[in-house]
Order: sequence, then C-alpha cells, then structure tokens
Amino acid sequence: MQFMLLFSRQGKLRLQKWYVPLSDKEKKKITRELVQTVLARKPKMCSFLEWRDLKVVYKRYASLYFCCAIENQDNELITLEIIHRYVELLDKYFGSVCELDIIFNFEKAYFILDEFLLGGEAQDTSKKNVLKAIEQADLLQEPRHEYFNVPVY
Amino acid sequence: MPAPIRLRELIRTIRTARTQAEEREMIQKECAAIRSSFREEDNTYRCRNVAKLLYMHMLGYPAHFGQLECLKLIASQKFTDKRIGYLGAMLLLDERQDVHLLMTNCIKNDLNHSTQYVQGLALCTLGCMGSSEMCRDLAGEVEKLLKTSNSYLRKKAALCAVHVIRKVPELMEMFLPATKNLLSEKNHGVLHTSVVLLTEMCERSPDMLLHFRKLVPQLVRILKNLIMSGYSPEHDVSGISDPFLQVRILRLLRILGRSDDDSSEAMNDILAQVATNTETSKNVGNAILYETVLTIMDIKSESGLRVLAINILGRFLLNNDKNIRYVALTSLLKTVQTDHNAVQRHRSTIVDCLKDLDVSIKRRAMELSFALVNGNNIRGMMKELLYFLDSCDPEFKADCASGVFLAAEKYAPSKRWHIDTIMRVLTTAGSYVRDDSVPNLIQLITNSVEMHAYTVQRLYKALLDDISQQPLVQVSSWCIGEYGDLLVSGQCEEEEPIQVTEDEVLDVLEGLLVSNLSAPVTRGYSLTAIMKLSTRFSSVNRIKKVVSIYGSSIDVELQQRAVEYNALFKKYDHMRPALLERMPIMEKTASNGPTEIVQTNGETEASMPDTKHLPLVTQPANQANDLLDLLGGNDVVPVIQTTLPTKPASAGGELLDLLGDLSLSGDPAPAPSVPISQPPFLLDGLSSQPLFNDTSAAIPPMTAYSKNGLKIELTFERTNPNPNIAVITIHATNTTEADMTEFVFQAAVPKTFQLQLLSPSSNIVPALNQGSVTQVIRVLNPQKQQLRMRVKLTYTHKGSPVQDLAEVNNFPPQSWQ
Repeated sequence: MQFMLLFSRQGKLRLQKWYVPLSDKEKKKITRELVQTVLARKPKMCSFLEWRDLKVVYKRYASLYFCCAIENQDNELITLEIIHRYVELLDKYFGSVCELDIIFNFEKAYFILDEFLLGGEAQDTSKKNVLKAIEQADLLQEPRHEYFNVPVY
Repeated sequence: MPAPIRLRELIRTIRTARTQAEEREMIQKECAAIRSSFREEDNTYRCRNVAKLLYMHMLGYPAHFGQLECLKLIASQKFTDKRIGYLGAMLLLDERQDVHLLMTNCIKNDLNHSTQYVQGLALCTLGCMGSSEMCRDLAGEVEKLLKTSNSYLRKKAALCAVHVIRKVPELMEMFLPATKNLLSEKNHGVLHTSVVLLTEMCERSPDMLLHFRKLVPQLVRILKNLIMSGYSPEHDVSGISDPFLQVRILRLLRILGRSDDDSSEAMNDILAQVATNTETSKNVGNAILYETVLTIMDIKSESGLRVLAINILGRFLLNNDKNIRYVALTSLLKTVQTDHNAVQRHRSTIVDCLKDLDVSIKRRAMELSFALVNGNNIRGMMKELLYFLDSCDPEFKADCASGVFLAAEKYAPSKRWHIDTIMRVLTTAGSYVRDDSVPNLIQLITNSVEMHAYTVQRLYKALLDDISQQPLVQVSSWCIGEYGDLLVSGQCEEEEPIQVTEDEVLDVLEGLLVSNLSAPVTRGYSLTAIMKLSTRFSSVNRIKKVVSIYGSSIDVELQQRAVEYNALFKKYDHMRPALLERMPIMEKTASNGPTEIVQTNGETEASMPDTKHLPLVTQPANQANDLLDLLGGNDVVPVIQTTLPTKPASAGGELLDLLGDLSLSGDPAPAPSVPISQPPFLLDGLSSQPLFNDTSAAIPPMTAYSKNGLKIELTFERTNPNPNIAVITIHATNTTEADMTEFVFQAAVPKTFQLQLLSPSSNIVPALNQGSVTQVIRVLNPQKQQLRMRVKLTYTHKGSPVQDLAEVNNFPPQSWQ
C-alpha cells in the first residue's frame, strides 16, 4: 500500500497515512485530486479505479470514505478486506464507531492503524491480538486521570 | 501562564467556526500560544501541544515548527510522550529534511527498550518513514529483533526489514540468516509478515528466489492446513480461515513457481484444491480465488488447471458484484493472448459488460472484445461494437473507432461490409477518428475497385446530410473527386442509383469550401477534388472559375493550390488529363489500432512495404512545380514512400501532408531552384529501388548517456536508397530500484542536420532493467558532417522531477559518413 486516506463526504480529511516519501506539497495535491475523483463517483460504480499509475481501492462507510492506493501487483479484493478489518477494529475499540469518534480521537485512530498495518502491510491477521496490544499500550499511558485510560492531553 | 487548552477542547472550538476566516483566526491564535509554550521548553504540556498541532496540520495548516518538539517527545521517558512524538514524526518529518536524522539515536535506544510497546513504536516508525541513512544505521538492530522469540516484535521486525530492503537493497543479504525458521512459526502474525518479507526478497533478487524455492513444500503445507483446519475464531473471516495469509502465500507461490516446472508441479494440487473448495458467496472467498487464478496463470500449470482458472473468471463475470466483474475483466485481458480459446467461450458475457454503467468496466470490456474478434464472430461482434460506439462516452470513441477499423481490416467478410462498417463509424463518431484513418480509408476504397460507384454514392449521400465531421468530409471529397464520373453516370450495382447532376456535385464541393464548419485541411481536399473533376466532368468552365477565385484566398494553402491548378489550366493543359487520372491501386501500409503499439504520433508510419513494382502516385500540386524542372511529359514520377519530416525541430511534428490523403512524400532536400514556401518535396532519385530498411549495417551501438541509473543506448540503421538518412533507435534502461515515470527524451542537432523524433514506446522506464523505452530518431545529414546531438532528459524518479542535458559527440563514423 502506498497511502491511505479517510475523508468525509464534504471532502474533509480525517486521517492520512503515507507509506511513501513525498513532499507536503505533493501530498496535498494528491489528496485534493484523489478526493475530488472519488467523490465524483456514482454510488453504483465499482470500488476500484485507476488513477495515475496506481490502483485505488475505496469504500464508503456511513459518512466516511476509506481510500487506499495500492501497487499494480496487489490484490484489490483483499485490500477491501483490509479496509473492512480496520473499520472493525475501530468499531470494537470505540464501540459502534462513527465519524465524530475519529474526529475527536484522531490520534487513537492512528495508533490503531499503526498496530494493524506497518509499512503498508498487515502485521497481524487476528483482530483479537491487535485490540489486545492497543489496550495494553493504553494502560502504559501516564499519568492517569480521574477516568481510567483517558489520555491526559 | 495558564495550562494550554486540551486537545478535545480545541477540536470542539475549531469545529464551531462558521467560516474559513474564523477558523483561520482560531488556529493562528492557538499556534501562537503553542509557539510560546514551546519556547518556554515546557515539558508537561509538550505532548498536548504537539497533539493539537497535529490536528491543525491535518486541517491543512503549516506545522513545521513542531518538528523538533516531536524529537524531544520521542526522547522523553514517558510512554504518552513517545506515542505522540513518534506519531508526529511520521506525520511532520520526512526524509528530505536532515532534521529527521536526529531521530536515529532515539530509535536505536527505543529498539532496545525494555517495554515491547516502545520497541514496537520504534519499529513502526522506522518501517514507515525510515530514510536510507537511518535504515543503514539501524538495520542491525532490526535484524536482531527478527530473531527474537517475542512474536509481537518479530512480526513488526519482519515488516520493518521489508522497508529497509526497499530503501537499501544491498542490505538484503544481512537478513538471510534470520529468515531460516520464520515459516515454522505458529503465530499467524509472524507467518504473514514473514511471507511478505520472503516475497520482497524473492522479487528483488534472482539468487534469493533460487534459494527460497525449496520452501515451496512448506508453504503448500501451511496453506493446506489453513484450508483443512476447522473453524478458528481468531482468524476467521466469514467462514474462511485467515484469508490474508492465504492470499499472501498464494502470491509467494506465484513468484516461486514462475518459470520453474518442478515448483509449479508441486503446487498444482493445492491450487486446484483452493480453486474448488473456496466459498464464493462473500468477497473474501473471491479475493482468494482471484489470487489463485493469478497464480495459476503465471506459473507453468497444466492445461486443465488453466481452464479451471478461466472458468472461475467466467463465473466472476456473472457475479452481481461489480468489483468482481471488474477484476475478472482485468485478468481476462491479461490472459486473452495466451489462452485465447478458453476466453472465447465467455465472449457473450464480456460483450454484455459493454452495457455496464461503470466506466472502468466498460473500458475493459471494450479492450477485451477487440481482442476476441476473429473471422468467425466478426459480424456479430461488430454489430455490438458499433452499437457501443454509438452510445459510449466521448473518451472511448477514439479508441473504439480505431479498434473497429483494425478489426474490420483484418477480418472483413466482404468489401461491401467493410466499407459499410467504415461509413458507419465515420457517421457516428466521425470527429473522433484518428488522423491516420483518413489515408487508410482512402487506400482501402481505392483498392476495392468494384465498389467505387457504391462507395462514392453513399459518401455523397452522407455529405448531403452532415458536413460537420471532418474525417468523413475529407474522405467523401476525395472520393467524389476521384469517382465523380461514376456518381453522375448513375451506375451502381449494389444499391439503387441516385440521380445527381454535375452541378449538384460541384455545389456540394463548393459548399464545403465556404462553410465555417470545414477545417483548412478539408478545404484543401475539396479544392483538389473540384480540380480533379475537371477531367471527369464537362463543366470545366465552372471549375476554372472556382479555382481562379481561390487564387487570391487568404489561406496560404488554398492559395498555393489554386495558383498551381490555374497554372495547369493555362500553361500545362496538355498534362492535365494525365495528372488527374484515376489513382492506381496502392500498396497497403501497416495500420495502427489501440491494441497495437503505436509507433507514430498519428502519422502513418509507412513501414517499408514489400514492393515488387514501383509505387506510382500522382500528386498534382507538388509535382506541378517540380515538373517544371524535370520537364516530364506525361510521365508519372515515382515517389518513394517515407514519412515526411517537415520540421527540422526535435519534437516529433505532425505530418503536414500537403494533400493529407496519402502517406506518400519524399524527403526534404535542398532543391532551391524552385522557390516554394514550404520545404520542397524531393523526388528522391528516379530510382526504382524497393525501400527496405534491412541494412542494419555493422554500425556498432553506443552508449550515449549513463548517469543516476539511467542509461541510454543508441543503435543504428541505414535506409537503403538514401544514405543521408540515419535511423537511430534509443534504448533507455533504468538500474535503480524505482521506476522513472513521465520520461521524455528530446534531442537537438546542429543546423546542417534535420531531425525527426518518432513516438516513444512508453514513458515509463521500469526499474531494475525490467524493460526499456525505445524511440526512433531519423537524422538527415546531407552534408555528411560529423553527427553531434544535444539531448535533454526529463523524468520523475521517486516522486521528484529530474532534468538533465547532455552532449553526445562520440557517434561512430559509419553513422554519418
């Protein structure tokens, strides 16, 4: 995977994970163009499109678009499963996740993503293991506030 | 100073902003507060401030002043700080700035930390954005962690190693010992990431590939266990056990089995098993089947297995899920060349996909349909394709039209069918056909002698209906010019002949001349057609009048033609009949379609045809002047077919064919005796040598440029009849590990030379010498001077544009002498 973007239906970016080195300017340009392209797609169209020399896989969950750019040798269908797995992880962690959860807890969304994917590939194929790791890491956060596990920042 | 506001508070506040300006104001205020907080070196709230900064960065605001703060957070002992610090590093830092190197030491320490979650953070960051320098420094640590017994770290180390290898391929050897026991792990995470690591190594190095081939039995065993084992809640996805791992193993098997009979045989059974036993009701199952199909097609599988694979794809085509159909079409496109018959069986389904709503599916279905057309199904297929052409989006029309022409040319069951098909294309998608289709069509029409009357009649009728589609108008005018006599004589066998008078025909042609819809090229066609009719019609006076009017046209092209035609009427009337007589049958040139590699920019590449007799062509306009020199009587002057380099500039220019109708022209030469505004057409020798390009004389190839991994080699050929032209082919190859995209090669030569650059084969130079870009250059060197060239190369490499200029002076003497 080269990058993953999460954005709302209005085109607002909620998460961006880049696995290739690009300048800030390039990232902004790619984001802008890709978001436009994906938002222009009609609901009945398939989840894959060719964009520049990459394959783009996207899926909409409620008000959020999950969009991944993969290389030519990568399997599009399994990428859809990867996206779904990430959504399931978020769902389990936040309890019925919605866009607001990701907006207000974006850093957690990143932590979960980083526990699931590394360098663009899945680290662990077991949902249970990923969630357990996150839980344990959360416990390490210090100091703890009146609510258990509420981050201090 | 009061405590800085919390992250969630800030987010809430910013979201209440009603306008962009309001938001900007809030952000600026907060940034100022954060900046002063940073200045005070506040340790307690640094984490909070950086988190806020990251939020603002996501909204699109600059956050570079937080970079160093991220580094401080990483260096902190607190886990919370490290977590945010590493996140910040991944978001704000990148390898272009030297600042990122400061992280190296921190990462090194954290890789050896006592808490595995800290080690995990470090591995993640390194594996996500580590630069080559960092990777070199820390590869040893990663390798160590790859051998640990802690599976949590091992799996992360494996992926981190993948990143290190991508950045610094030379370090691959280092990880080899650690891979020894990776596959004997029980932990699926480690298994999965190990397979990824092995895949990366095998893809990059043929030696590694050989080395790891012995793992095939083990991989087959693991895959088998996955399929046969019962329900495992931990890894189950919709009833399938660890599909992610299955897919990765299949992919590794593909790489290992490619071009190796033994390995391919060892995996035959398991592939068949996966192909038949996998549940296809959900996307997961189909994902595995897809990967299986790709593997089967790529390795040396037995034919039964291949047919099984194609049938799976055929089933995919019938699936309700668009994604599956898309994937099926893509795969079928890849296999249609090798397994043609098997794919033919699914033809009707594929043709149905032409009616799909999705653009990508339509495009693939179109490409596939063209690949499947053959002599047996041409009529049926063409019907579908023409219907598609009618109703498709403009972006498809050009390719579809070209494809139709190509298919029609190859498999037309009859001439009449062929002409009808062409007419249908011209009338429905006339403005989208490529420029070279006009000369191709004209050639086709000329060669179908018995159809002339029918053709000209149909074209005339089409012209009456609509004069806006230029290619149609051009072909029609040309035909009317040639066969106008057949038109008015009312002979037509194929259909009901129409009654047309000479005046009506001339009205139509003159109408084209004055119409706003006509392009200048079209006007040229029409004027020439009128002129030709002077020998076929009796109303010569009317024609003379028209021609003389245009002698003072503002359009230089028209004016020149009119003046020359006038001259024909006045001084060379005795030559007129001969000059304007019927065109003889022309030799076929290779035509280009969407599925063939296009060699030219829409110019007709006159690939040297096998001519046994002279290609005789009359070109009234040009010849008029040249004939003044040669005092040819009624002789027809032979012209050698080559493409015309009209511009001495470097870029491949458009073919400014004077008549635009035929791909025939001579080479430009310094024939100054006749002052003509355009570069004169040289009737290159009255030689009757067939034009072959077979003297790839022993001119040794040379390396013109070799820098930064890009190498450009030149090979030479000589065109036989004209020793002044050197045909040079450039081969561009790339030894780096990243592709070079948007590759453009430009060349300039000193004034005494003329240069023509044809289209490149592609503009991506694949990495690691996996392929090359070729491009043909033709250099005319009449003065036999030493060939020198200045080249300019532009491409994009690893995301950044590169540009370079170079002089090439070391051409072998045989290339220009």
